Amino acid sequence: MLTFLLLSLVKVIVVTVVLLLAVAYTVLLERKLVARIQNRWGPSRVGPFGLLQPLVDGAKSFLKEDIIPAGVYKPLYILSPIIALSCALLSIAVVPFGPERQFRGVDLFQITDLNVGLLVILGVTSVGIYGIALSGWSSNDKYSLLGSLRASAQIVSYELALGLSLVGVVLRAGSLSLRDIVNSQSAHGLFSWNVFGGFQFFAFFIYLMAAFAETNRSPFDLPEAESELVGGYHTEYSSMKFAMFFMSEYANMITVSCVATLLFLGGWTSPFGNLLPSLGGSILASFVPFCWFVLKVLFFLCLYVWVRGTLPRFRYDQLMAFGWKFLVPLAIANIIGTSLWLALRTS
Amino acid sequence: MRNPYYWNYLPFMLQVLAAVAIASGMVLASWFVGRHRSSRVKLEAYECGMVAQGDARGRFSVRFYMVAMLFILFDVEAVFMMPWAVIYRQLPQLTGSRMFGFWEMLVYLGFVLVGFFYIVKKGILDWASDKADL
Repeated sequence: MLTFLLLSLVKVIVVTVVLLLAVAYTVLLERKLVARIQNRWGPSRVGPFGLLQPLVDGAKSFLKEDIIPAGVYKPLYILSPIIALSCALLSIAVVPFGPERQFRGVDLFQITDLNVGLLVILGVTSVGIYGIALSGWSSNDKYSLLGSLRASAQIVSYELALGLSLVGVVLRAGSLSLRDIVNSQSAHGLFSWNVFGGFQFFAFFIYLMAAFAETNRSPFDLPEAESELVGGYHTEYSSMKFAMFFMSEYANMITVSCVATLLFLGGWTSPFGNLLPSLGGSILASFVPFCWFVLKVLFFLCLYVWVRGTLPRFRYDQLMAFGWKFLVPLAIANIIGTSLWLALRTS
Repeated sequence: MRNPYYWNYLPFMLQVLAAVAIASGMVLASWFVGRHRSSRVKLEAYECGMVAQGDARGRFSVRFYMVAMLFILFDVEAVFMMPWAVIYRQLPQLTGSRMFGFWEMLVYLGFVLVGFFYIVKKGILDWASDKADL
């Protein structure tokens, strides 16, 4: 029991530190890529190619004055960035990064394999909304309140489409454990991935749209529409508290990309199936699936940035109409189609 | 030797602890590291540099409340589908009929769709129209 706990603690610390670093460098990736899309260079002064920029930014956030405005409701004002960030760091615990590989009864590539992994991720994301809703209300500022109302309504609406789009995948895999879902897509490389199977292309489309809206990313970034709302729900936050909302947004982006990879792009499985020569049973060979996983997640992160650099923002009524009147019925149609297809297929 | 299943939740608890510790540590550290030089104007709510008018404890559109309520209803319905989805492929063997699971859920989805059609017709989701029957 003690070795199990200690090894798990090591795993938790390693994964969390890597996640925080990944958050920092996702910010840099975004700034660099958006800059190139807009024909600029982006950060280039701090370290080679601006590689030290995120670390310096982090240090700067700590050194800034931490203002608590006079009119705020203090307990919730302080609590809400904590809720937002800790929920964003939490859902990575059920994400598997590679195939099962035991070391003294501890899984090397996953913090824990819960058989309700998918529900845990949905639940933790829902709790994260409290961070946003409470931050806007407790700030006692009109811009914050409007931003948080918009954000909560938007996230809540798209959460519905997101949850419904996952039912199709669960139907095909017959399990809520993320590891089982990936294993069900590992038969023939690219062609057994869920994107290309059954009707799941629609589910993938719904998931992607809902995920962009869930993480408040452009083109669904109305909660922080700079031109109307200054900064949205974190207008009154300064110093590290502001940075925490920022980090939670990027951590959520990474989690959502991981889940998209696991559910629709076959997780750590290679797109070429067994066609590539295997490296045998060496320790190196167990990192090949991990590299595929990272590559796919990077693809989604670049897609996020690409979309942000390309598409204009929605109008709020368009956003709600798109979520409720298009994505939700499409998700229900997808469930009916998938279940009918699974039932009629000769089994 | 396989570990008992509930052990799977222990690493998750550790992750909860780590996440909360990191988040609260950041809040504390930023309060103690940064300097504080506040003034009365600096502590006002931000309204683009103008003097703040009143506070934000006013009324806001009831639509936000309606959306939250609809979310509760529909999300429960979505979660209700999850156990069905997990067991769906075993249903033909369990019930002896190939289509049983499908028809059962189709009836349920029919009820959901009737509710959905109702709220669309009520105009609750038409954010731009003021004729909605709220």
